[in-house]
Amino acid sequence: MTENVIEVRGIKNQFGRHVVHENLDLDLRRGEILGVVGGSGTGKSVLLRTIVGLNRPVAGTVRVLGQDVSKLAGPAREALERRWGVLFQNGALFSSLNVRENVEVPLRAVPDLPPETRSALAELKVSMAGLPWIANDKYPSDLSGGMKKRAGLARALALDPEIVFLDEPTAGLDPIGADAFDRLILELRDSLNLSVFMVTHDLDTLHTCCDRIAVLAEKRVLTTGTMAEMLEVDHPWVHEYFHGPRARAATASDREGKE
Amino acid sequence: MASPPAPPELTATVTDGALRLSGDFIIWTLDKLPAEAASAKTIDLSGVGRLDTAAAAYLTGRERDGVTLQGLSTAQAGFLDTVRAARPQPETIPPEPTGWRAICENTGRKVFSSLSFLRELAEYLGRFLSAILRSIRHPRDFRFTSLVYHCQETGLRAVPIVALMSFLIGVVLAFQGASQLQRFGAEIFVVDLIAIAVLRELGILLTAIIVAGRTASALTASIGSMKMNEEIDAMRTLGLDPDMVLILPRVLALVITLPILGLISDIAGLAGGALMSWIELGISPSMFKYRLLADTNVNHVIVGLSKAPVFALIIGIIGCHAGMKVGNDAESLGAQTSTAVVNAIFAVIVADALFSIFFSEIGI
Repeated sequence: MTENVIEVRGIKNQFGRHVVHENLDLDLRRGEILGVVGGSGTGKSVLLRTIVGLNRPVAGTVRVLGQDVSKLAGPAREALERRWGVLFQNGALFSSLNVRENVEVPLRAVPDLPPETRSALAELKVSMAGLPWIANDKYPSDLSGGMKKRAGLARALALDPEIVFLDEPTAGLDPIGADAFDRLILELRDSLNLSVFMVTHDLDTLHTCCDRIAVLAEKRVLTTGTMAEMLEVDHPWVHEYFHGPRARAATASDREGKE
Repeated sequence: MASPPAPPELTATVTDGALRLSGDFIIWTLDKLPAEAASAKTIDLSGVGRLDTAAAAYLTGRERDGVTLQGLSTAQAGFLDTVRAARPQPETIPPEPTGWRAICENTGRKVFSSLSFLRELAEYLGRFLSAILRSIRHPRDFRFTSLVYHCQETGLRAVPIVALMSFLIGVVLAFQGASQLQRFGAEIFVVDLIAIAVLRELGILLTAIIVAGRTASALTASIGSMKMNEEIDAMRTLGLDPDMVLILPRVLALVITLPILGLISDIAGLAGGALMSWIELGISPSMFKYRLLADTNVNHVIVGLSKAPVFALIIGIIGCHAGMKVGNDAESLGAQTSTAVVNAIFAVIVADALFSIFFSEIGI
């Protein structure tokens, strides 16, 4: 049994009278890629925001790398934040900075790092995220959606974090771009030994990337398991999700790929 | 369960040109490398636990200088391969011109962009005029509700601020004029001073400046946010002409309401002047009225108000043009809005100066 890098226990999230999560438990193990799925409005992004501390839960605890996120403050919290990277849905790049400068932002936290080394490292990360050299000097408004995501990933990976949070990394990408992004995530997981927490709707991504899948429904994590286990689950929504026409296509192509 | 991590440690020793590393070789410990490391011929990494991209970049860089790496684990070697493969390849960028060439190029670009700005303004004026012609030929295409709404927004809502401002300008003119004219015993001429200044120039000019600040920014912001949201593209695909739907009602509303605002401004300015003349010089309102009717040529009012539609066109066209120039990001919306206000006020003042010259040449 590998250790858990994230442990979510008994989370309750509520906005006004609307309860989003109740008694939600979830684990992320070291080195795995966890896909979180769920219908619209089941609070997948809220869960991600809760884990990284952008949203304070009404009840429950979130432990990341053994530390309680809600109880950390000051330098301890900064130290923890350097050990994870977050890719927001649309990249969330700083619009006044070009791509290289965006990636340099987290690197500025490192004391005594010479500026030339910093920009060289940023360029290396940009290249590892699969962007061409000329993208370095471009501003976010000049980039396409897929390039913004890649640049956002480069920024999230700037400090070689142990955990990466991805919010719908392949949404809005064309199939070829989405496929390349999937392979990029797998490659980076293997080479950088990342643990990945991925919110996604993309069944192909679930098939190719994810080691485990967590299904969010009825205000909690309904079930977790591998893709094969998901196909056996009896719950109507889960069955519909993994046996619908789109899912069948994804399963078929996955099988072809393996044979 | 992971425990809070110990601070990363790196120990580096150099013996006989061989750098021996152990501990965590990561971005936070890069600066722990001793100065002699730069001259090492081999690097032994057998004691290294964690190795990150920054360290890998350093190692692959040294490797290119002919340094041998030893003691890598399989995983680390694979990781170095990834980094090696991802090494950014600088592409040749055409060299930037320097010196005189740069100055010439920048000047040329500035001149060209200001000329093309004027050309685009002319284009928007043409689009507005063709939209008017089209709505005369096909009155059904004309959006009357929209026109009324924009008349209310740009006209009615601006009445209080325009009236108050002109009233105060009238007060100021009367007050300053009185103290100068009293020295010659020519107090009564303060009426002519106020009448000519307010009716001919200040009333309409200040109204146009207020409206430029208020409405040009609102035009750019509303059209620009629709542009950002791809609403204008959606309109085109639905067979709606943005010229008819957006530009025509907005600019036409300005053309209709600015002369009315100018008239209100004239009246408020005269009222302010009359009040101050009464208090300061004892010129009664009936005396003020008599002097005003007897001595002031109606040409002053005509000259003043005839400028209003032109100012309205300038403000409307500049505001709409800036709105259409907004790109995909919020930053350009803000930049275009402030540019639109500055350009509109500047253009209004330039046009006023040209009008002054024109009217004095033809002798009105």
